[in-house]
Order: sequence, then C-alpha cells, then structure tokens
Amino acid sequence: MSTANTAADRPVDSQGMSYLVSAQRRFFTVYLPLGAFLFVLLFPFYWMAITTFKPDEELLSHVGNPFWVNNPTLAHIKKLLFDTAYPEWLWNTVLISVVATALSLFCSVLAAYAIERLRYRGSRYVGASIFLAYLVPPSILFIPLATMVYQLNLFDTRLALILTYPTFLIPFSTWLLMGYFKTIPFELEECALIDGANRFQILVKIVLPLAVPGLISAGIFAFTLSWNEFIYALTFVSSSEVKTVPVGVVTELVEGDVYHWGSLMAGALFGSLPVAALYSFFVEYYVSGLTGAVKE
Amino acid sequence: MPSPASALARALDNRNLLGLLFMLPAAALLLLFLTYPLGLGTYLGFTDTKIGRSGVWIGLENYEFLWGDAVTRLALFNTLFYTFIASVIKFALGLWLALILNKHLPFKAFFRAVVLLPFIVPTALSALAFWWIYDSQFSIISWWNARFSTIAANIWRGVPFVAITLLAGLQTISPTYYEAASLDGASPWQQFRHVTLPLLTPIIAVVMTFSVLFTFTDFQLIYVLTRGGPLNATHLMATLSFQRAIPGGNLGEGAAIATAMVPFLLAAILLSYYGLQRRAWQQGSGDK
Repeated sequence: MSTANTAADRPVDSQGMSYLVSAQRRFFTVYLPLGAFLFVLLFPFYWMAITTFKPDEELLSHVGNPFWVNNPTLAHIKKLLFDTAYPEWLWNTVLISVVATALSLFCSVLAAYAIERLRYRGSRYVGASIFLAYLVPPSILFIPLATMVYQLNLFDTRLALILTYPTFLIPFSTWLLMGYFKTIPFELEECALIDGANRFQILVKIVLPLAVPGLISAGIFAFTLSWNEFIYALTFVSSSEVKTVPVGVVTELVEGDVYHWGSLMAGALFGSLPVAALYSFFVEYYVSGLTGAVKE
Repeated sequence: MPSPASALARALDNRNLLGLLFMLPAAALLLLFLTYPLGLGTYLGFTDTKIGRSGVWIGLENYEFLWGDAVTRLALFNTLFYTFIASVIKFALGLWLALILNKHLPFKAFFRAVVLLPFIVPTALSALAFWWIYDSQFSIISWWNARFSTIAANIWRGVPFVAITLLAGLQTISPTYYEAASLDGASPWQQFRHVTLPLLTPIIAVVMTFSVLFTFTDFQLIYVLTRGGPLNATHLMATLSFQRAIPGGNLGEGAAIATAMVPFLLAAILLSYYGLQRRAWQQGSGDK
C-alpha cells in the first residue's frame, strides 16, 4: 500500500494517476527511452539528408566528423535532376500512384457499399474473402503476374503497374471502407429510399459525403502503398523511362563498384519527401486507416 | 405490358442483382489479377516453364529438386530465423514504445506522427540509407553480421507499425480499470500483467499476424541491402524465388519456391484465427 501513502503526500494534478510517479523516475522510464527510440528511428533520415549535401571529398575522407557537413553542396542534387532520369521516375511514380489509387477507390467504394449495405446473398463470404485477399503477399504473385503481363503485351508499360497495384489496394480499401459504411445509420438510407432515391443516388449523395474521412484515409494509405511498391515495379518494367522512383534509384543509380552515395542518398531523400509531406498533412487519417485496417 | 425501362428499374431494385453490379469492377480486377495468378503460380510450380518458353507438367520435380538443394534449405532456415527474431523484437520494442506513447506527454500527436515515418517512406529507399550506414560505419560485413544487419533494418521499419496499432488498442482500454486495480493495491507491473495484457491480446494477435506475414515474405530490404549475399547467407524465400525466376529465367522453379511459402502463411493465419476464436469463447461472448 506504499503507493497510496505517497499519493497523499503529493499535489494532485488533473492528469489521471501520473502524479504517482516522481519527475526523476518519469525521466528514466518515459523521456529517456522515448528519446532513444526517436534517435534510432530518425537517424537514417538524418544520414540521408547530410549525405545529400556532403561534397564527395568529405564522403570519402576518414578524418573529420562524419555526422556533420562542413561545406554543403548542391552538386549531388544537380546531378540527380539533370544527369539521370530521376524527374521521369518521379513523374511515373506520381502518375501510376494517382491512377491506381483512383481506380482502386472507385472499385472499393462500390464493393464496400454492396457488401455492407446491399447485403446481397453471400455478401458475408465475399467480405471475408476480401480480407483474405488482403493477406496475399505480392512476393507470391509476382511470378505468375509477370507471365500474364507478358502475354497481355503489357510488359514494360505503366499500365502493367496501374492494373496490378489494385490487387493489394482494393482489398485494403474495401475492408477499410466497409468499417466506415457500417457506422452510417440505416435510417438515413431508409428515408432516402422512401423519398424515391435509388441505391446509386443514395451512395453518391448520402453515404459518400458522410464517409469522406474514410475515403481520405483509404486514399492516403493507397497512395503511399503504391508509391512504395517495389517488387512488381522491379519485375514488370525494364526501360528507364517507365521506372518508378524506388526501382529507378536502386537499379540505375547503383551501378559498378564506385557508389555515388551523394546522389544515391539525394534520390532516396527526394523519393521519401513527397510521401512524408503528404503523410504529415493527413497524419490522423493515415493512422486511422492503419489502425482501422487491423481492427476486425 | 411492362416497358423495358421499368423492367430495368425493377431489376435494379433487386438487391442481389444490384449487388452483383456493384461488385463487378472490384471482382473483375481481383479475379483476373489476384485469384487467377494465385492458381497460375501454383500450376507453374509443377512445370518447367522458363522465360520465353512455355513449360510442360513435370509433377513434383521442382519440389524434389528444391528439397535437395542446399541453397533453398538455407533460404528456408534464414526466413524462419529472420521472421522469428525480427517479430519477437518488433513485438517487444513496439509494445514498449506504445506504452510510452500512451503516457501523458506534451506534443503526443507530434511524437506519434514522427514515430511512423520509417513505416511510410519507401522501404527500398530507407534500405539504401541503411546500406550506406553499414558501409560507412562498419566496413567489414561478415556472414552473421549481414544477417543481423538485415534483421535490424527490418525491425527499424516494423516497430512503428506495431507501436502505433498497439497504441490504438491501448487507448480503447478504459482508465477506470486501472483506477480500480490501483485501489486494490496492484503494482504497475500487476496492472500491466492483469489489466493491459489481457485486454490487448486480440489486437496483439492481429498485429503480430500481419507483422509475421510481412516479415516472412519480405523482399525489398534483402534485395537492396545484400541481394541474398554474402554466399546466400541472407537469402529469404522471396528473394531466392525472384533470383531463380527473373534473372535466372526458371519461372517454374521460382514459382515453386513462392508456393512453398503458402503453407507457412496459412499456418500463421489459422493459428491467430483459432487463438482469437478460442479466447472469444472463453470470455463467453456469443458469436458475432
């Protein structure tokens, strides 16, 4: 019962029971581990950023502080933007991600509404199989998909990626949207049905406006998933002009025995920044997408 | 006699027909690019298909060959080792981080946002950063070092996912339980052991299933960091299957390796599914 005694001695603040813990103890149990976690989790980004601005002499020399830049340079960024196909890869990634996301959202909205609200015969089983489809990893599918892409004459086109990305985007977004549609009261739909609206009008005019947060969550999540996709883009595409950023950086900037770490890290940094920026605007939506997809 | 238009309107009132119509776009894409390739992949595993040459049915020959192949056995061992070590550490660190973030902190939302960064940036690109860190700081990468380097990078990427999803689970636990427990004299450890952990178990099961699935089928990290080397020491099933199928040209063999992963994935899914069912039954909740 020692905790109860110490509690009586201390001023009570409004933050639940955290007043039971002394400031010193709190430093060692909360702030110190948190600081260590943040340091480890963020260090690679710091490393990317300083390497991007470090001149080659400093990168190769073993003297001096490796964790700081003495003479920052833009040479690596200039090389990346003007001597490589990086801008094209960036454009491809944006284009493929946006189109694949839009396509997947369109399919998912209709499917999720049908499963959750039309409740057609067998919809429960379809819902469960959608969840199972979400668990199928791309590493199992890429070989048969590669042969299909080849036979459909889609090899080395952006369309190959736009059509295959929905295989992991649709199950995810449908599952997420089903959760959102479930929270919309039936009464709203019943009113509209009585007023003579058809199901499509209900979906567009009543359900979708109420499910906007869900749409944003699914959209942001799907966009980052397509932006980060690697194995399909590595397998289905081979010419430089149709590559995406992750594949382009890994396959074309890593060449030979001399690694140009500066431009490599610049490529990694600028490939990460767009998703990081998008994510920072929509953190809450992203987190609710992430946690919503895991909850059953 | 009903006009065609009203017949159509009536058909659209039928929820089964309308459901079918609404499912059409998603079903078409998923059946064509997910279900069919899943079957095709299994079929390819039983053929000797090579790039540019359609193969013939050879039964279990691929699997017989792979069973006797030292590299495949090593890759299987590596995959299990990698998945086990990385998942255990991701779970421990993720839970710890979630518990820290669940405390009352200033700038909590900011910390939570920053913590997720490793998870949202492209893995291939952060793997490059890891490569460069390893290359510049630890110049000699040996056999076991290479394994633990890839595991460390995987943990770095996976901890945020585990932490943030478990944090969401922690936030659903009502503080009244903790108040009641502390009034009964429960120590912080006892509160964690008897309140937090039991209430968190369902979400832990789901999160760890996802984590195990992603880790078991991991490809990007290994491909970028080591390409399976040195001496195949870090090859996983996924990277080996890519190696044999795409640069090696043996689509059939690669497909067989990929298909061999399926039983392990199913086992993981079933284990967590029945674990959850049994728990739900123990707690006396009726079926949903």
